[in-house]
Amino acid sequence: MIRALKLHRIAPGASVQDRGRVGYRAFGVSTGGAADPLALAEGAALLAQSTDCAALELPGSGGVFEATAALRIALTGAPMRAALDGVPLVWNASHAMPAGARLEIGGATSGSYGYLHVGGGFDLPQQLGSRSAHLAAGIGAVVQAGDTLPIAEDRGHAVGFCLPLDNRFDGGMLRLIQSFQTELFDAATRERFTDTPFSRDARANRMGMRLDSEGEGFATSVGLNILSESILPGDIQITGDGTPYLLLWESQTTGGYPRIATVIPADLPRAVQTPAGGVLRFRFVTRDEALEAERKRRDHLRALPKLRTPLVRDPSQIRDLLRYQLISGVTAGESQDEQE
Amino acid sequence: MTADTTSPFEPVIRPAGLNGVLVSFGDALSEPGNRAALAFAEAVARDGIDGVEDCAPSLVSVFVQFDPLHLGLGALTARLTDLLAERDWYAAPMPDGRRFIRVPTVYGTDLAPQLEEAAQAAGLSVSDAISQLSDARVRVQTIGFAPGQPYLGLLPDAWDIPRQTALTKAVPGGALVVAIRQFVLFSGSSPTGWRHIGQTHLKLFRPASDAPFFLRPGDEVQFVQVTPDELARHANDPDGGAVIEAIR
Repeated sequence: MIRALKLHRIAPGASVQDRGRVGYRAFGVSTGGAADPLALAEGAALLAQSTDCAALELPGSGGVFEATAALRIALTGAPMRAALDGVPLVWNASHAMPAGARLEIGGATSGSYGYLHVGGGFDLPQQLGSRSAHLAAGIGAVVQAGDTLPIAEDRGHAVGFCLPLDNRFDGGMLRLIQSFQTELFDAATRERFTDTPFSRDARANRMGMRLDSEGEGFATSVGLNILSESILPGDIQITGDGTPYLLLWESQTTGGYPRIATVIPADLPRAVQTPAGGVLRFRFVTRDEALEAERKRRDHLRALPKLRTPLVRDPSQIRDLLRYQLISGVTAGESQDEQE
Repeated sequence: MTADTTSPFEPVIRPAGLNGVLVSFGDALSEPGNRAALAFAEAVARDGIDGVEDCAPSLVSVFVQFDPLHLGLGALTARLTDLLAERDWYAAPMPDGRRFIRVPTVYGTDLAPQLEEAAQAAGLSVSDAISQLSDARVRVQTIGFAPGQPYLGLLPDAWDIPRQTALTKAVPGGALVVAIRQFVLFSGSSPTGWRHIGQTHLKLFRPASDAPFFLRPGDEVQFVQVTPDELARHANDPDGGAVIEAIR
């Protein structure tokens, strides 16, 4: 039987994502890839596999899935209610999914983007060096109910690991550094921007999110006639009516609306995971502080495999309890022979 | 075509976010600035600086993406400053292999509903607006915003009109939009702040093809007026009925 995942039901906007594409900016193609790259790395760590493996990105809610062969899965990102043949599954953890089993993933309890990873990764054809759907560019497409997603060979065996749940799913403070257009905004406007609590608008997608606030907008006197310039993920663009938009991995590569500042890469996962209505605030940091945060971000990514701990399972939730060796309450031997 | 080699603008290098720098060859669109950006981007790519991850020209600037933990901003800036001193970038030649492409275009009608509004902003009658836009031979100054999507210019002075204050929710692929003496031709459906004045059937981005990007910086384009019936005949042609000839 071909290794695959059947999608019986699926959230609107769900798509296969990996780390995206670097090197096509000159052709107008932004990086794209998983909206929350940290969640992608967490899935790879839980399954002890390459961070190049593609996962299924679930915006806001999940779906109903069936495995055509025995799979390993991991669930990361925005916590969602999940159950395998009716038995609740721990989030931010890896699990075995037997052939024919039915996985149900419900709505997010916080955050925006959940991820379903499979051992081996989804084996879609690469386009421009990536398996990611780039929805804005028309590369690939969202997945649909009835689709069957092929899965590459899985060289790993271990399941039953979890990672500590993060707190990045409810908005909060995002750190900014100045960018080349920050000075287009006068000091009073910049100060008002960092004094203002913003609410993530319901209008948000993989390209960016609109930020709502009380009071007047943040327009610059430079107006609407400046040259289009390169855009980075994290740039906060102010449209003509003074509304800020936080631009994300799948944003346009260039744009002419002035940008007041750039959210540092370390805080982008928190930004994209902010649910509709979640409150965001901003503060400027120095370049040195931003570099230190970047160092910490990369150290954390490298450390993820070591942060894994075995899942402590509630015996009442184990269907096939009698198959387990219950010596001093440890988990099944299967968890021990993981491959790195 | 001779280049203006007496541009008064000194190139400027500024940080862009944590992991980028922007090298600017002007604060307004100019042909020398555009030549400089295209040639300098190629030079940076050829230079192969360790720690540089990506490099792309924009209209009159070059964006260089780098790993800030591997390559310091100071070291990158120093290397780019050396490269800038190597020649007069404003007098650099246009890229090789340029083409002149005539693209059948419907102006106005329900296919392109903002022609009247744009003509008014430009202070022109609708028929004068169409003849100016349809006669203009514009050049691809850069590819950006979306895959294979060109910024084209320059249009006559009257077309120095601002973007809209609010975004249009969506224009379709093949939409021709205008602002600040430039056209943008959309590669796919997208929100935009520019006004939608023409419609073509050109597919700028063909992800499954060996040559996924139709236009290149330096190509010249004329958006020739046709009727909606004529345009409809090109609906299944990825080139949208475009006629292509080599320049020189």
